[in-house]
Amino acid sequence: MNCDRCDNEATVHEITVVGGVQHEKHLCEQCAAEEGVVIGAGGSVTELLGKLAEGLPPGTAIEITHASPKCPSCGLTFSKFRHSGLLGCASCYSAFEDRLGPLLERAHEGAAQHVGKVPKRALAATRLSPTGESGPDILGDAEQHAQRAQLLRKKLEEAVAAEQYERAAKLRDELNQLETEKLSPGAESAS
Amino acid sequence: MSGPTESNGGARPASSPEEGAEWLRGKGKDADVVLSSRVRLARNLAGRPFMPRASRDEREEILDSCRSVILQSGLAQRMMWMALHLASKEERTLLVERHLISQQHARGRLSDGTGGLKEPRAVAASVPDERLSIMVNEEDHLRIQVIRAGLAFEEAYQAIDAVDDALEQRLDFAFSPRFGYLTACPTNVGTGARLSAMLHLPALKMTGELEKVKRAAQDMSLAVRGFYGEGSEAAGDFYQLSNQTTLGKSEHVLMHELEREILPQVIRYERSARAKLLDKRKNALEDQVHRAIGLLTHARLMSTEEAMHLLSQVRLGIVCEILKGTDLAAVSRLMLLIQPGHLQQVIGQSLTQEQRRTARATLVRSRLKTSSRKGAG
Repeated sequence: MNCDRCDNEATVHEITVVGGVQHEKHLCEQCAAEEGVVIGAGGSVTELLGKLAEGLPPGTAIEITHASPKCPSCGLTFSKFRHSGLLGCASCYSAFEDRLGPLLERAHEGAAQHVGKVPKRALAATRLSPTGESGPDILGDAEQHAQRAQLLRKKLEEAVAAEQYERAAKLRDELNQLETEKLSPGAESAS
Repeated sequence: MSGPTESNGGARPASSPEEGAEWLRGKGKDADVVLSSRVRLARNLAGRPFMPRASRDEREEILDSCRSVILQSGLAQRMMWMALHLASKEERTLLVERHLISQQHARGRLSDGTGGLKEPRAVAASVPDERLSIMVNEEDHLRIQVIRAGLAFEEAYQAIDAVDDALEQRLDFAFSPRFGYLTACPTNVGTGARLSAMLHLPALKMTGELEKVKRAAQDMSLAVRGFYGEGSEAAGDFYQLSNQTTLGKSEHVLMHELEREILPQVIRYERSARAKLLDKRKNALEDQVHRAIGLLTHARLMSTEEAMHLLSQVRLGIVCEILKGTDLAAVSRLMLLIQPGHLQQVIGQSLTQEQRRTARATLVRSRLKTSSRKGAG
């Protein structure tokens, strides 16, 4: 939707109801600032509403929807993404994480966490932090679990193919244990 | 001779339009139903904007950095590189018909309407086998594709995994621990992997059971698409079955599900429908197949749609052993040669639609007669 005053995209929407008649304003950030509409950057909601209510006649209702969030890296707004279906850069995923989460879950049958291949460099980064200690857990528990299980499955297949049945049995046990841990995350520490 | 090959200006994806294209071989496991198994990985370079937000300069930079890595990583004995913004319409059409690039990549236009024919983009392909192709600057910076004849997802995945590893040694891919490989469209995020089987399901179509299979596939979050992928119609009862979700399930789990559980079931259904037709409606089936071969060997004008439909019937006749002296690979090859781009390539000149109908009928007639004479002899 375009701004009421110029061709920019409207990101500030103000709806006022005066005496039962609804007035709508759709403005871009700049025009909104010029019109004196306060955008919710900083300050609490109460403060914001307090400022907005100043000078308004009693009986006026105000509804403000927040300006569409913007990716700090590429400048894509979330509303633009909703329109095109395409994100602008990798940082969009973190910039819109809260809003993308539910969308992704719907698109991917309820899944919210990646399971599967990880680029080796990312894997190496977890193992080799500059201090020599184990690095930040960038993979998350679920991911590490999946990685271990995947590795075990591969080894198991190799062992079976090479007819190393004793090794295969051990690997199978290990894999089973991993699956149990996954089902009951507390099991390991309780035992 | 080996090593990277640069193409542009008259170069062809294979030395002749008759060669290459793995999915045409008519061989491989369960080839009576599964033409090919294809795995595609979507990857983006870290620190670069995705295609919709990349300027022309940035697109050129992405193209350049991918080009040198793709051509110097020893991905195949010979790799062809074709810059599509410099390629002719005919060359782009050939590549689409050979399933080496998407229709979207040929046009250079993204699904949000941005881009165009002159946008810097390319395709790299292993030649002459065309088993590996990499689209650069499509919706994602890289779309890697590996294809194998018949039901062979495990083999295809192993091959693409090795290519991905080789590229990753020299390229940093955008990745997040929570969302996996980051892609321009969030429907591809996670593994970025799309596994897709090209299936020939004429008997299920005839017995009216195809709708049931489609519904069951949708319930398992699989998409059923036409011969040329997204947005294309099913031509000649060929369908692509592929996973719809890419987050939350590892590549291995997905591959095993498709290869060991889902596809064997679909294959069983189609085979049992074929058996049912042979048992209960043998006369009608034989009539249909022979009518198809009759039209193909005698008609003087033929559209692509009609030819695809009839070739599909002939393919069914071959796998049901109704037609004996006709070669499956010859029929598969014809499915490619009758496409407008290939037809003009074979004839060696550009043709109007009307001229193409005549040329197509002539080509099919001569090829099928030769193929059945060879088979009978």
